[in-house]
Parts: sequence; C-alpha cells; structure tokens
Amino acid sequence: MKPVPLEYRRVESVEEAVSALAEGGTEAKVLAGGQSFVPMLNMRIARPALLVDVNRVPGLDGIATANGHLRVGAMCRQRALERSALARERCPLLASCLPFVGHVATRNRGTVGGSIAHADAAAELPLALVALGGSAVAESPGGRRTIPADDLFVSYFTTALEPDELLVETVWPAARPGEGFAFEELALRHGDYALSMAACVLRVEGGVVAEVRLVVGAVAARATVVDVPLVGRAVDVAAAQEAAEAARAAVAPSGHLHASADYLRHVTGVLAERAVLRAWEGAA
Amino acid sequence: MTAIEVTVNGRRYREVVEPRLLASDFLRHTLGLTGTHVGCEHGVCGACSVRVDGAAVRSCLLLAVQLDGAEVRTVEGLAPEGELTPLQAAFRETHALQCGFCTPGILMAASELLEADGPPTRAEITDLLSGHLCRCTGYEPIVEAIARAAGTAPS
Repeated sequence: MKPVPLEYRRVESVEEAVSALAEGGTEAKVLAGGQSFVPMLNMRIARPALLVDVNRVPGLDGIATANGHLRVGAMCRQRALERSALARERCPLLASCLPFVGHVATRNRGTVGGSIAHADAAAELPLALVALGGSAVAESPGGRRTIPADDLFVSYFTTALEPDELLVETVWPAARPGEGFAFEELALRHGDYALSMAACVLRVEGGVVAEVRLVVGAVAARATVVDVPLVGRAVDVAAAQEAAEAARAAVAPSGHLHASADYLRHVTGVLAERAVLRAWEGAA
Repeated sequence: MTAIEVTVNGRRYREVVEPRLLASDFLRHTLGLTGTHVGCEHGVCGACSVRVDGAAVRSCLLLAVQLDGAEVRTVEGLAPEGELTPLQAAFRETHALQCGFCTPGILMAASELLEADGPPTRAEITDLLSGHLCRCTGYEPIVEAIARAAGTAPS
C-alpha cells in the first residue's frame, strides 16, 4: 500500500503545470486534492512517473458569479464550496449534493475540479454538472477551451481532457426564477460511494413544466440523462412514476457485492421519482 | 529525494524525504510520532487524521513533500505531557474508547469541529463520525464524549 517510486514537481502557475504535463505525456498525472487519486497511488492502480502538484498554484480556488453562472476554481476545496453562502444561494443543487461527497475530512482536502476530472461514475459533482448543463474550462500549452459537461464525461474515470490539459475552472449555471432542484442518493453508509443517485432540475412556467432535466448516476459508465415527457404538464405522483420508469429503462446497471442489478434498477427509479417530485415542489 | 521543512506540534523539523513517502509514514517513521495510526491507507477508516494548517485531513492521502511549509498537529500535540484536553477527558469519562486504534483520528477531527462557531449539533457529530471506523464502542459513547466536550450534554 505505498506508491511506486515517482518524480514530484510542485508547480507555481498554470503555465508551469501544463508545460510539465506536456513534457511528461501520459506518464504525468496532476495531483490536486488527492482524495481519490492518492488511494489509487497507494494501491498502485495508478503508477505515474511524474506527479504535477497544483496545490500551490495561486488563483485557482475562487468562487464567483458572472453572467448567471457560478464559477468555481478547480482547486477550490469541496468544504469551502459547501460553506459558501454564494454557492448555496446561487446554485442550490450543487450545495445540496456536497454534503454527500465523502466525509468532512476528505472534503477539507478534496477539490471540486479534482472530482470533475476524476470522473468517478458514482461521484456527486459530475452528476450535478451534467444535471445543470454546466461546463469545465481546461488549459493546455495550446490555449484554453470550454468543454460542456455532456462532452466532458466519456466513461468510467475517463474525460475528454487531453494529457497536457489542466482543468482550471468549473462553470455551474445559477438558479433562475421558477426553477426547482433536487438531489437524491442511496448509499450503504453516509459518505460511502452511492449505490444510485438522481438529480432533477425543473423550471415551471404558468403552472406547468417548461424545462426538465433528470440525470441518474452510479448505475452507468457516466451520469445518464433520462428523457422524461413532462414538458407542458403539471407533476403529480403518476407523472413522477412515469419518470421513474423512464429512469429504470435508461440504465443497465451491473449487480455487485452490495446490490443486485434488479435492485439497483428499482432504486434508481425510486430516487428519480423522489427527485422529480421534490424539484417540482421546489419550483411551484 | 526532496528537502522539506515542517512544523509539527510547534517543533520545527528539516528532513529529506522520498517523494512517494506518505505523510502518515513520515510522521510515524521519520519523526517517531506513532500516535497517528495507520489503518486502511485509502482514506476510509480515518485513523490517520491529523490537522494540517488547521484542517482535519487524512495523512495517508498526503505526501510528506506536500507538508513542506505546513503547520501540522497530531494527537501528541493536543495536550501537554501528562495532561488531557477536555475532549480527551470526556473520552475517558464516557468510555469512548476500548482498543484506542481509531481514537487519535477521531480526536483530531473532533478538535476541528469543536473550534467551529457554536457547539456542534448531534447531527454534525454523527456526520463527522461517518468518516471514522470504530469497531469497539458502537459510536454512542464517542458522540456523548464530543457533546460533553462541547458543553451540550450533561457531564
């Protein structure tokens, strides 16, 4: 349970980080909060030749609002965002899923950008980014680009980030009038990886749903958007149960030690139903 | 090998370490501070929790080189030799430990919680303890001890 021998570079700027990544190629890995990555080093699942430590790069931990978005620096600690009144007020969905991310002591160190770049299928922040239709900003020696969440997450632990790209910021659409939000998760113990989870963003206009986005996670290779026919309707229990059925049909979970595939599919529907109902209540 | 300078429990250390050395192993093997316990080495059990620049963190998920310039507090630094902090005394009074393996990590995490604004609620205490595995006590005495130290439970 010790990392392989490796080279360590503590960088002081984004430029220095991306040039070190470009030099190191696929053998280089970014060290952010390390709450998922260091376990992989300890178990030697990850065996990089070079670690590029970005913890001391100034200016990467900001929380700000601009043009209807909450912009969160990649190195913002999850705990800092959880405690941010601005985040709670402008981005309630993000705020409501943060307490489910690991434990206090791991959130003290774990970063928002690190969780997004790690792309664990059972992680809450990637699910929230997809649900809100947010994006990530990446920098490389070639310049800067913005990647929409839907394009960013490819599969298990796999993003569209290139080896020489550093995720520098995440962008979360702020709540608009008439919007409701809900996040639901089932885990064996609080703070454990989710068995299944669901997030719903729903905007109500004139007493009916004008826009809806339902996303489920931990039961597929990445956060999965569920197509739900709710636009133009009021949400009642029957409508939420339709959404639940749609969620069950959208995923094909593999059973594991803790839950069978049938159970996971069933629970995903239950969580989706609750999320849709709560988002509706929050919006109406 | 990398030279680092780190303050642990108020004492300054200059050491030369391999980059892959974990902070937990640095504390125990290099500095001889064996009060920090190592359980799972992947962030689940919480036994190795220490305070780094005030924040309770898992020392098994940090590299020693990352401590360069940091201020670290371990269980040895909670109270002067031969004394107990109110939190430690409450642990003793409520039998909040048996084998004691998880205790240093819980003390360090709880010490951060007790320094926050206002006394913690029971929900905050149990939320904190969700990050710490204890196989002896069933947790209730630990909740009680933290609440006592916070002044929210009858002593």
